[in-house]
Amino acid sequence: MASMLGIINLHESEERIRELTLHRSLAAVPFGGRYRLIDFTLSNMVNAGIHNVGVLLSDKYGPLLDHLKNGKEWDLDRRKDGLFLLPPASHHGPSGHTVTGDIPNFLHNLDYINKSRQAYVLISGSNMICNLDYRDVLDYHLAKGADITVVYSETAGLTKSPPYTNVVTDAENRVVDMAVNPRTPKGDKASLNMYIMSKELLVDIVDYCASRGREDFLRDGIIAQLGRLAVYGYPYRGYVGEINSLQNYYKHSMELLNPAVWQELFFKSGLIHTKVKHEAPVRYLDGAVVRNSIIANGCIIEGAVENSILFRGVHVGRGAVVRDSIVMQKSQIGPHVLLQSAILDKDVQVSEGKHLIGDVSYPIVIHKRARL
Amino acid sequence: MPKKECVAMLLAGGQGSRLGILTKKVAKPAVPFGGKYRIIDFTLSNCSNSGIDTVGVLTQYQPMTLNWYIGIGSAWDLDRHLGGVSVLPPYVRQDGGEWYKGTANAIYQNLGFIAQYDPDYVLVLSGDHIYKMDYSQMLQFHKAKQAAATIAVIEVPWEETHRFGIMNTDTENRIVEFQEKPKQAKNNLASMGVYIFNWDSLQHYLEEDETDPKSSNDFGKNVIPAMLAAGEPMYAYPFDGYWKDVGTIDSLWEANMDLLEDNPPLDLNDPDWKIYAPNQSLPPHYIADTAHVRRSLVTEGCAVFGEVEHSVLFLGVHIAPGARVVDSVIMPGARIEENAVVEHAIVGENTVIQAGAHVGCVDGEGWMMIDRNAAGITVVEANIVVPANLRLAKGAIVSVTEWQEFPEERIS
Repeated sequence: MASMLGIINLHESEERIRELTLHRSLAAVPFGGRYRLIDFTLSNMVNAGIHNVGVLLSDKYGPLLDHLKNGKEWDLDRRKDGLFLLPPASHHGPSGHTVTGDIPNFLHNLDYINKSRQAYVLISGSNMICNLDYRDVLDYHLAKGADITVVYSETAGLTKSPPYTNVVTDAENRVVDMAVNPRTPKGDKASLNMYIMSKELLVDIVDYCASRGREDFLRDGIIAQLGRLAVYGYPYRGYVGEINSLQNYYKHSMELLNPAVWQELFFKSGLIHTKVKHEAPVRYLDGAVVRNSIIANGCIIEGAVENSILFRGVHVGRGAVVRDSIVMQKSQIGPHVLLQSAILDKDVQVSEGKHLIGDVSYPIVIHKRARL
Repeated sequence: MPKKECVAMLLAGGQGSRLGILTKKVAKPAVPFGGKYRIIDFTLSNCSNSGIDTVGVLTQYQPMTLNWYIGIGSAWDLDRHLGGVSVLPPYVRQDGGEWYKGTANAIYQNLGFIAQYDPDYVLVLSGDHIYKMDYSQMLQFHKAKQAAATIAVIEVPWEETHRFGIMNTDTENRIVEFQEKPKQAKNNLASMGVYIFNWDSLQHYLEEDETDPKSSNDFGKNVIPAMLAAGEPMYAYPFDGYWKDVGTIDSLWEANMDLLEDNPPLDLNDPDWKIYAPNQSLPPHYIADTAHVRRSLVTEGCAVFGEVEHSVLFLGVHIAPGARVVDSVIMPGARIEENAVVEHAIVGENTVIQAGAHVGCVDGEGWMMIDRNAAGITVVEANIVVPANLRLAKGAIVSVTEWQEFPEERIS
């Protein structure tokens, strides 16, 4: 079987999710009780038999490096291949201008790409929450004889709010047009920012763009080449949550409370791997009333939790009420606290009796390590 | 091979026959415990947390699950270039080979393994107990006392002394007498099955024990008494934490229930002494709108739609709507279907209790019952299906694959 190299491109827009990306990259945003966003893409790759993965880092990558380490949790601590953390190009190009696109990052790591032994390459962002089998996409790519295959979803409603990349295909699913954040999308198809192509073609695209001073992989390398290359769309019909704003972060987190989504994401085809913390099972003590919630190991619960997601090691004190909220790792909710439509970043402490109330359409965010 | 000050030898070959159907396919150290662990995790984590990085694990009975589980020891940070974990099954030599005849013989057969590390001390452990203990402190005690052997002891209730090896000590903690399961105990300090030996002494007494054809090659029965008789300086190291031999159905159930207390005697949430276990990559558990969970332990991968009270749910357990689980231990991957009831029971791995069935029913029937548990704990073996609407008797030990071997009259 043809083999793939995986590249996770972290050049992603964090503009609408600044509250959670102050000190971390989008890829490292905690999600779903025990994961970071990148775990989904990384696990999907590994579960599809990809064992050579390069992560094209962007900025604020400290927390991400701590999370990925040597890739062991994803079975990527290999003698041959494995996980490669690829440093970004300097922010200032050789001519002194500020680099804005991702092509310089590819160029900076062209050696790694050239040297890898796989014939095909899968390029993906880090912010799509889904459990999809990339082997099906490669089969499709080969069957179509495509130059590039773009994975898209028609059902996830991604074109409803920007940022998104609109995909337009003909009856054969050949991509005839793509556009980044057009004012009016044509149809409902949106790219999942996942592309399969041959390694040679990737190298050509990087070379073509770099040598012409073009810096945007998607706009200059793919969209501008639609006439020249046979680009096909692969329709993915499973659950997809794209995280690029605080609103859709909150929305897709809450969708995990739908058992069908929970089942599909975490048990279908492959499991989602993440850094292990060796936390004990959750202790439900007297006073615990938990409804429609996802609770990670290491939590101790003495209060009420409703429509919420608790990450590892959260303590909910006696008489506290946590409703429609997301509470990240090791946060401590004191007795008789009311938390409603709030997102607490890691290691927040809320002392006895405090009330924090946001709105489901606009959850309040409490920064990492805040003391209230 | 570079020298190691202390090498641990972990005895994990026992069947744990008093656990019955729970150890039919796995050795006792591989029996699930506490929601996400197996019994051996406690000893291996203790080694890791105590800074002991060279551990030989002696296996014999049903080793498959244990071998897979231990792997190269990564979960306990024991995947090391030098030392680390080594699984040691019985093996064949030029002059033939034999099974491990007893605890002492198991170590005797692996003296060569220990010698590679040229240690000063050997820590002998059993993979059967639930406890958290810093072996490095015990080693310090051993050195300070200039002992030949140190045995960790714990105070047990006087009425239970007949179940243990009892150490009679002087005021300096020196052991003056050892009574194996005494009728009339003079002391209530019980051996925890944790020993530190000087390497030279251990080697000497194991070799001597091996030449005695009448010996049952057991530490408690033979080696310790022989060392005492020879006047070796032997000391009792007092331990005052939680320690439980989960060798019976009752004690296994009880030890799980102990974890449900407000301030459990065994704290699994201590960040400074974590208990490690291989990770199964399951998501955080889901508690549905229809669920009621009270006074329980729930683990990753579980989905709870029904009622759970005073129970321990292991990895990936499913409790369907309308189902009720009370005072029970539900092992990994088990499913309790719609409106089924499970009371005062241990349900084995991946077993399905079908809709409407009632496990642990006062007026239930002895379906596939091979034995009866006196304390009334119903035990359902792993990987079976309990049919819908069946009322299964309280205290029944249920095994689909074994039951025909038992005479009809035992089923009542």
